[in-house]
Amino acid sequence: MLNKEEISEIIRTHVPEAVFPEGTQLLEVIVPARKLFSLAERLKSDPILAFDYLISQTAVDFTTKFTVVCHLDSVKFRHMLVLKTELTDRENPVVDSLTALYPTAEFFEREIFDLFGIRFNNHPNLKRLFLEDDYGFPLRKDFRDEINIIER
Amino acid sequence: MMSEEIIKDVIVGENEDYIINMGPQHPSTHGVLRLEVCLKGETVKYLVPHIGYIHRGIEKMCEANTYQQIIHLTDRMDYLSAHINNEAVCMIVEDAMQVEVPERVKYIRTILDELNRIASHQLWWCAFGMDLGALTSFFYGLRDREHILDIFEESFGSRLLHSFLCPGGLMHDVHPNFQKRTKEFIKYFKTKLPEYDQLLTGNIIFQNRAIGIGHMSRETAIGYGVTGPSGRGSNFACDVRKIAPYGAYDKVQFNEILETGCDVFARYKVRMAEMWESMSIIEQLIDNIPEGDYTAKMKPIIKLPAGEYFRRVETARGELAVYVVSDGNKSPYRMKFRTPNFSNLFVMNEIASGYKIADLIAISGSLDLVIPDIDR
Repeated sequence: MLNKEEISEIIRTHVPEAVFPEGTQLLEVIVPARKLFSLAERLKSDPILAFDYLISQTAVDFTTKFTVVCHLDSVKFRHMLVLKTELTDRENPVVDSLTALYPTAEFFEREIFDLFGIRFNNHPNLKRLFLEDDYGFPLRKDFRDEINIIER
Repeated sequence: MMSEEIIKDVIVGENEDYIINMGPQHPSTHGVLRLEVCLKGETVKYLVPHIGYIHRGIEKMCEANTYQQIIHLTDRMDYLSAHINNEAVCMIVEDAMQVEVPERVKYIRTILDELNRIASHQLWWCAFGMDLGALTSFFYGLRDREHILDIFEESFGSRLLHSFLCPGGLMHDVHPNFQKRTKEFIKYFKTKLPEYDQLLTGNIIFQNRAIGIGHMSRETAIGYGVTGPSGRGSNFACDVRKIAPYGAYDKVQFNEILETGCDVFARYKVRMAEMWESMSIIEQLIDNIPEGDYTAKMKPIIKLPAGEYFRRVETARGELAVYVVSDGNKSPYRMKFRTPNFSNLFVMNEIASGYKIADLIAISGSLDLVIPDIDR
């Protein structure tokens, strides 16, 4: 069982440019989008980390950037990690899919694609999940719907 | 002249995929879910769930509402664990504002959680039996569930969507009869739960349709994030009440029910045993509810400090996680609900492939899906 410092040390050796925000509820790490998959692979396969359970995967629109947020848990050790990556390209946000590691990510990613318009590389079936194909991306902050949403 | 192969193909259709749509109005999907099932003969080759028929955009609505209003939206996700959903939002607000709720509130919340869990499992049991053709179970289950709903109605005025919690505590104190009636119910239900076993559990027709069907390995359960009784039927220890105790769960003794059967029957047994555990939890708490306030002192306008918050609770169907990004306003900047049914649904292709279409009904019943929780 590792503590927060030991986990962050392992991550730092794997991804030197990783950023660890201070004063967060859980251990958080922000990595570049191109390193997301390789870090997740390491986190899952390393026997002393064993982050094998993806609790949730979602995205947040901060208007200047999108943040993809993954909450990871280890069934064996019960430590948690928040894995984040930031995407600055609003027109064509792309990040690697985690489906090959966590099957449940396939559907979380389809939901993110549906609601935010973030695309995932190597995703087996990137289609919209809830909404019509020509609907906008409603969880983006610049989404407008004059008919159904009343602005206050 | 046509070869024998071709004739067989044309007449019998043996090499053809046959796709049928189960739902969105099929009774055994318990809501508007469409399963696109590809069959060969009557064996399921694969299936594709289509969802979104009752997508209401709850996460988007949260961004325009206050935290007190959001509690009423969470009722509408998993309506059978309405109380537990409310608790998740309440606790994330209390965490963020560092409010210590009174002991009385913790006890009452935990008792209501467990009553809600029993009511939910009862409804699952009666609907599951009915899906498999045992109509009597439907009457047994609803008869006993009525007692819990009456307790709820007396205390909160509503039977299904209570919204009884508010950040910091409860909307008002419970009815003076609450303890007496809950104890009466436990006494009553202890005589009735063995009847459930007599009717279904030992029934050979039922067992033939449940044992060895819908095999889900532990790795599949973890990989797909299948939590709650469905995951515990595959020996995946995922009970949040044990991992990160909240409310009064750290003050009671209870077992996390784990089964190693990995099939429909294992998931069935987990839920049946959980009803006994829930009753034992209530019994340990109901006589010891401390006196005190029913709510902590809260400001009328709740503004969470800027930051990110994460909270997990165990609903009747699995792990509900709430993730809030706050910018310091009275509405969240972003609110994400990781609902248990969303993950539990998508394992179906994995565990139903290769079984008969009649088994698909048993498998979807054993996962205990509530569709509004998937669509949100």
